[in-house]
Amino acid sequence: MATAAARDTAGGPTAYDAPADPGDAAALQSAFDAAVAADERIEPRDWMPDAYRATLVRQIAQHAHSEIIGMQPEANWITRAPSLRRKAILMAKVQDEAGHGLYLYSAAETLGVSRDELLDKLHAGRQKYSSIFNYPTLTWADVGAIGWLVDGAAITNQVPLCRCSYGPYARAMVRICKEESFHQRQGYELLLALSKGTPEQHAMAQDAVDRWWWPSLMMFGPPDDESQHSAQSMAWKIKRHSNDELRQRFVDICVPQAESLGLTLPDPDLRWNEERGHYDFGAIDWPEFWEVLKGNGPCNEQRLSRRRKAHEEGAWVRDAAAAHAAKHRNDTTGATRA
Amino acid sequence: MTTTPPADTVPTAAALALGDDALVLSHRLGEWAGHAPVLEEEVALANIALDLLGQARLLLSMAGDEDELAFLREERAFRNLQLVEQPNGDFAHTIARQLYFSVYQHLLHGRLASGEGPFAPLAGKAVKEAAYHRDHAEQWTLRLGDGTDESHARMQRAVDVLWRYTGEMFQPVEGIDDVDWSALERTWLEVIEDVLRRATLTVPKGPRSGAWRAGAGRQGLHTEPFGRMLAEMQHLHRSHPGATW
Repeated sequence: MATAAARDTAGGPTAYDAPADPGDAAALQSAFDAAVAADERIEPRDWMPDAYRATLVRQIAQHAHSEIIGMQPEANWITRAPSLRRKAILMAKVQDEAGHGLYLYSAAETLGVSRDELLDKLHAGRQKYSSIFNYPTLTWADVGAIGWLVDGAAITNQVPLCRCSYGPYARAMVRICKEESFHQRQGYELLLALSKGTPEQHAMAQDAVDRWWWPSLMMFGPPDDESQHSAQSMAWKIKRHSNDELRQRFVDICVPQAESLGLTLPDPDLRWNEERGHYDFGAIDWPEFWEVLKGNGPCNEQRLSRRRKAHEEGAWVRDAAAAHAAKHRNDTTGATRA
Repeated sequence: MTTTPPADTVPTAAALALGDDALVLSHRLGEWAGHAPVLEEEVALANIALDLLGQARLLLSMAGDEDELAFLREERAFRNLQLVEQPNGDFAHTIARQLYFSVYQHLLHGRLASGEGPFAPLAGKAVKEAAYHRDHAEQWTLRLGDGTDESHARMQRAVDVLWRYTGEMFQPVEGIDDVDWSALERTWLEVIEDVLRRATLTVPKGPRSGAWRAGAGRQGLHTEPFGRMLAEMQHLHRSHPGATW
């Protein structure tokens, strides 16, 4: 890759230090810029601008946190799933999300931070997770709406990330997107079963879509003119499309799907625009979005408390594992095997 | 399911007993989702829960309709061991329950898999899963028992508290004829004693006869937390009679 020559062959933490000589700095920067321009992948030991590293840490950590916090609204229904088949699907999905969190924390760790450090920041409220998970799952149909809409929005956002300039993130996204699209189809199929079921089930499905539609559109982030990181992220090829572009793409995909589900979307302004070749849609409630982001959504407190509680109550278990490993570090037969 | 033998050849009581064990323990493990001490355990506990749910679905389908059996029977009609319905408690309680049950299940399915009975094909698959579950439980028993003072005390308490429910596992199950239950029990005790000793834990001393008497769970006599667990599990299904999901 183009920055290979610029790589610090010594490795380790010194690879992250800024070069002492300003001439070197310019050479490193231009090698990095050339690699990005040529659509090459930046790898962990390549030189990269500090701001690029910081942006990636922020974004990948937030993404990992979203997977972990995102387990909660769905896990809320594992013990109440109405059939054994649905229960198995839901458990598998929540398990996949924990796995996605693990991939993403690993990707973040290639940038010189640790999972523990990132989790501490999440628990302290100093790093965010997706605003969507601050909404409650009130009925079983919400599990389907999350699969169809929330995972659908996530995929729309994440598929372009498979081509992101940072190699470890792009590769994590390839694996994650495969599983996400499976989840999304399952959510759609769940809603379809409800929509074609009894009148009560149909109403349950419609109510869930009514509650999750707008929060799903908010998942694409603020409008382009208010998105503080967008321009730089696009220049670095971390992002490939603007928030509004992706949001439009999502709406265009969802409208026909809602029709085939036999459900409506809660937007009186939603209509096909022949001239643009896209669906026009109504105004998003941005004050609500910013409130949720600030911590004032319906479940922010609950989600974070639950996460902290799991972490705190698990401390003795993690301590035990560490103590056991330390005691048996020199066992020749392997850590704990008989 | 294509592998299901014809209904008249399946001993229903046995399919329910083994199926209910797997169903109920799977449910308990599902309660851990989002609460585990480390992310790796979120994955592991859900994985074990899924394996067990898969076993439960096959077994219950051998006895009838899996959803009718899971969601429309009342507490007194369930045939699971009292051990598997015990609440999760702390992580040590969950691990102790897993240790006791997974060793039992591994040994039992090993016997069934090598036999000629109707459960042999299922047991052949389940024994591989149970081996993994057993390894997971043994490793954690060692880590917690031989970890810190606190983890040692918690693990000791957990194995002590759940000890009383271990005798019922070796009461003969109606419809399973090719298992020597006393031999199974002797092997189980040897394995458990060995794991506990290596984990620096003391083998519990108390009775192993269960909350009523050994084998009561198999007759539908359960402990109090079980009814509440079923209320949660069955609520939605029961609220929409005849609906499909």
